Amino acid sequence: MVSEQEIWTFLTEVEDPEIPVLNVVEMGIVREVRKDENGGWQVVITPTYSGCPAMKAIEEDVLQCLADHQIEPIAVISQLSPPWTTDWMTAEAREKLRQTGIAPPEGSSADKGLLMGVRRDVRCPRCSSVQTTMVSQFGSTACKALYKCDQCLEPFDYFKCI
Amino acid sequence: MADTLLILGQRLAEWCGHGPAIEEDIALSNIALDYVGQATSLYREIAVQANEGKSEDDYAFLRDERAFKNILLSELPKGDYAFTIARQFLFSTWYYHFLEELEKGQDEFLRGFAAKSLKEVRYHFQHSRDWVLRMGDGTQESHQYIQTAFDEIWSYTGEMFKMSAADVLALEDQVGVNLPSLLSHWERIVSAVLTEATLQVPNSGWMHSGGKEGKHSEHFGFMLAEMQYLQRSFPNCQW
Repeated sequence: MVSEQEIWTFLTEVEDPEIPVLNVVEMGIVREVRKDENGGWQVVITPTYSGCPAMKAIEEDVLQCLADHQIEPIAVISQLSPPWTTDWMTAEAREKLRQTGIAPPEGSSADKGLLMGVRRDVRCPRCSSVQTTMVSQFGSTACKALYKCDQCLEPFDYFKCI
Repeated sequence: MADTLLILGQRLAEWCGHGPAIEEDIALSNIALDYVGQATSLYREIAVQANEGKSEDDYAFLRDERAFKNILLSELPKGDYAFTIARQFLFSTWYYHFLEELEKGQDEFLRGFAAKSLKEVRYHFQHSRDWVLRMGDGTQESHQYIQTAFDEIWSYTGEMFKMSAADVLALEDQVGVNLPSLLSHWERIVSAVLTEATLQVPNSGWMHSGGKEGKHSEHFGFMLAEMQYLQRSFPNCQW
């Protein structure tokens, strides 16, 4: 009989389709693994952004992964609340992001200053300089902004804090 | 609200491949994705509540003009970039405050929806605010473009604060938002940003309305025809 803990471990094999260095557990996308009343398993996932096009792929990958481990029946349930936040990303996940050239989210999502234009320093993932400039609030995916480093002159993605 | 988000998302998506710079092309497509994603959540919940065996796609692709209750502001053609930015700024400022109030309501789903969407709308607001400042306080030409855009769109802002019969019902059930109460917050931010951008706040006069009752502008039918073409021509087609 498979345990909930084993399912969590299996789920770490599911990569985030847009950031393959991270798995969906490290990303905080998997919120809960539970049994339904008929003895089947339910995996609860939450989208990073409402319009995240990767959700469908993540759902299919979770089903495939657990099917590969002969676990069934499985249902994947998507829920909005509580809303996903970058605060759920582990320190290890942030370090992996940085090593791939994506600046990890700075500060806490509870920061309200953002609305009227107060911005935090974003550190270049290559040379660690804080002399960086935002090029665009929106980058290659919904969860990232586009920055450039004024020190080493390289452009880079910044994982937005939400 | 779902209709407004879907329609505005569709209008913004028209910029995909036509943005003035690649960063803006991507930014507007991202914002469009957020809106369409938010609309999908709402339609899906409506489908669950209605329990008529419909999906979110039925609401988006198989309804006619009069069944859509989006505000007129959302359906206006995308215009030039200044017009799109002026609309985004006026709408995001309103939408942010709307969601803050929606989050205080009694409906658990809507509270979750509001909390989720607020995080996204913060970025939409900031994006449009930055551009209003840059264009208003930029060159004489950019100033002229953005001022003209605000002057043209202003008479479409009234509908955001007007209660439809559905809005009144939602408010009575303590799940809705008292729209007129949002006006003072909205005016304060809009006037602060326009002033900083050296722009004139247009005078409020007569306001367009009708969208929330299903009475749309002439632009709307053309847009729906394009948006719904595939499902209408090939019913039930799937990716």
